[in-house]
Amino acid sequence: MAAELKKVNVVTVGVGFTGGIVASECAKAGLSVVGLERGGYRTVEDFMEIHDEWRYAVNYGLMQDLSKETITFRNDRNMKALPMRKLGSFLLGDGLGGAGVHWNGLNFRFFPYDFKIKTMTKERYGSKLSGDYLIQDWGLSYEQLEPYYTKFENIIGVSGESVSPFDGKRSSPYPLPPLVKTSVMEIFENGAKKSGCHPYVLPAGIASQAYTNPDGAELNPCEYCGYCERFGCEYNAKASPINTVIPVAQKTGNFELRCNANVVEVLKKGNMVTGVRYINTLTLEEFIQPADVVVLGSYVMNNAKLLMVSGIGEMYDPMTGKGTLGKNYCYQITPGATGFFDDQMNLFAGAGALAIGVDDFNGDNFDHSGLNFIHGGLISMLQSGKRPIETNAVPAGTPSWGAAFKKASINSFTRSLGVGAQGASMPHRENYLSLDDTYKDAYGLPLLRMTYNFTEQDRAMFDFLTGKIDMIVKNMGAKSVGLKSNSKDYNIVPYQTTHNTGGTIMGSDPEESVVNTYLQHWDAENLFVVGAGNFPHNGGCNPTGTVGALAYRCADGVLKYSKKSGSLV
Amino acid sequence: MSKKSDMTRRNFLKATGVAAGAAALSGSILSVTTAETHAAEMKHSAQLPSENTRISPKGKMFFTNELEFATLSEASERIFPKDENGPGAKELGVPFFIDNQLAGAYGYNAREYMSGPFFKGAPTQGYQTPLPKRDIFSKGLSALNSYSQMTFQKNFPELKDADKDVILKMCESGAIPTEGFTSAYFFSLLRGAVLAGVYADPIYSGNSNMNGWRMKQYPGAQMSYFDIIKSRNFEKIEPVSLADMY
Repeated sequence: MAAELKKVNVVTVGVGFTGGIVASECAKAGLSVVGLERGGYRTVEDFMEIHDEWRYAVNYGLMQDLSKETITFRNDRNMKALPMRKLGSFLLGDGLGGAGVHWNGLNFRFFPYDFKIKTMTKERYGSKLSGDYLIQDWGLSYEQLEPYYTKFENIIGVSGESVSPFDGKRSSPYPLPPLVKTSVMEIFENGAKKSGCHPYVLPAGIASQAYTNPDGAELNPCEYCGYCERFGCEYNAKASPINTVIPVAQKTGNFELRCNANVVEVLKKGNMVTGVRYINTLTLEEFIQPADVVVLGSYVMNNAKLLMVSGIGEMYDPMTGKGTLGKNYCYQITPGATGFFDDQMNLFAGAGALAIGVDDFNGDNFDHSGLNFIHGGLISMLQSGKRPIETNAVPAGTPSWGAAFKKASINSFTRSLGVGAQGASMPHRENYLSLDDTYKDAYGLPLLRMTYNFTEQDRAMFDFLTGKIDMIVKNMGAKSVGLKSNSKDYNIVPYQTTHNTGGTIMGSDPEESVVNTYLQHWDAENLFVVGAGNFPHNGGCNPTGTVGALAYRCADGVLKYSKKSGSLV
Repeated sequence: MSKKSDMTRRNFLKATGVAAGAAALSGSILSVTTAETHAAEMKHSAQLPSENTRISPKGKMFFTNELEFATLSEASERIFPKDENGPGAKELGVPFFIDNQLAGAYGYNAREYMSGPFFKGAPTQGYQTPLPKRDIFSKGLSALNSYSQMTFQKNFPELKDADKDVILKMCESGAIPTEGFTSAYFFSLLRGAVLAGVYADPIYSGNSNMNGWRMKQYPGAQMSYFDIIKSRNFEKIEPVSLADMY
């Protein structure tokens, strides 16, 4: 029997950016908060051996242990879904701070267009997409979310420059100046300008200078060591939950952090939730943690799965279009090119979010009349620190092993630049999350099942963006360009992006969303679900800024609810 | 020879307060120095390798059969051969790197989902074999020899380079008979492991004396590039290993 623990005001499931933000805001306001984190405890001192590509980048040292839990995947619902046995296409985080520890640090806002995509598409183009694409407005405008974006940016100390003409209106500048613009970034800048675009140094959750955030947490200036992506920052320069919101929550005395605590059920009674049931992953003891408010703040996959295994909400059915849980799973499309140059460049140096890009072909920043897709993507070049095991680009026609490969891969390592796009992903009726009927996790629960494939809209956008990337890379002066090919089917093996979204989407209508615009569950007023799972579609840039903003919005919701119960909308 | 500084990595982090990390909030420990100061201090800390990290003998922890290990060595060398750029896989210790990895978590797929049932699946669904990497390497190398015997009446290590490449291309295309996995999958694992053995930190027994990194002009596990990040010229930096950090 599970041991029942003392009731608290708020329990968060997962302690990364979202759980950590809600925990810190609620604990600062005097609520008692317990954070349940299924991974282990860690601090910046655990990253002393982090400059190790084999351990962390290739063997996923900071990522989820799939022997305990994974997902199953199929391209369409006529296929048998099979387990993702090894990480590949996206990297699920693990441990305190979650994916907020191993992120690159790129921190964007979505465009005002994103939040009203359905209305604005109809206004400008009439009926552009078929009814199979389930685009919908978010129920919350950019202007309503703006203060929360600002809050998150100030907490993580974003370094950036507000020069892109396509940005939504900002109430204040970035808290820190941009990271350095290197001579390598100037190559992109020149190529982009020559292509008629508007390049800017991308906003980074990596401190360009020493910074103390409004909560008193301190960040050090970046050393450009090149180990952000897939790594934790040993210098406290890259913002993460473990050097911002979590220690802030701990300092209040109102927050209790429990690591190695894997929640397996949200407990529901009538129209309310009463707490959660969890397993200590080390001792395998079972506990019940009662709470006035439950906040699901784990990753997209796990938030959706927990609602499904707990029987909260109506499962989405692609046959009828009924139900909302699991609906609108989106990803991104990632066209790209490698340009080969004559001169050697210091590409071993960099930072995860040391990057330059253009939004000229993102959002609705260009005319889509005559194009058979909507939205677009950020085109950018990262100087994130090239690593030798996994970076072996060679010009087209070179064999993939042997003497010719060796020679070309060594030569190109210091002479090639990758330019890529993050193409926005529109929801499709056939792309969704549900529970698997065959495979189980280490605790006996069914695995989450992903049914996903690229759509016509994706493939059209891929070709369009590839053309633009090719133009920019040629204008950068590349002597040859290798383009990524457009694949018909989504493949879960090669790495693409860890920008998974949807499944627990937000909205203004309970018929087409799981949570309201405070991320409060429509079917249980004291349950909040927050993260990229709330996105009704995925935008054309990195999602963390929007996730952070929604988490602050959610924290506001929990605090409002703690004073006066009932629906917040 | 450059002098090795007594400013170790750990001391550096302590001196600059970085290791205080999240503890910063709880007190006044963290005195924030400028990045310029960090970089100046680190110039002294990340110097040439210490002698004691270069002399550990390499040995086999997984393979017990000489033919299998010789086959691994020769196949690795064909994938990454010695040439005018520098050493090949054998000289870099790659076969030992792979052997040592197969003996541990990597070989057992320790952090991968290995529960059944097993079905064939589509290529977009990733590998679906119940065999862990240690068995795939072992069976895959045996299959290379069986196929070499059948084609050239010799074991793989005895073949001329051009004939070795014929066999490896067959393997890469999936044409060599294997049970429970495809030879193409084995080849992709082998190629990946060879590149890892060439370029992983030498603490893992490959990349001998960091010569893989030197060939690729990769400076290894440096602590900071603050002082060169704005440089317009290509910087040639002597590499450092994680083993040099103490």
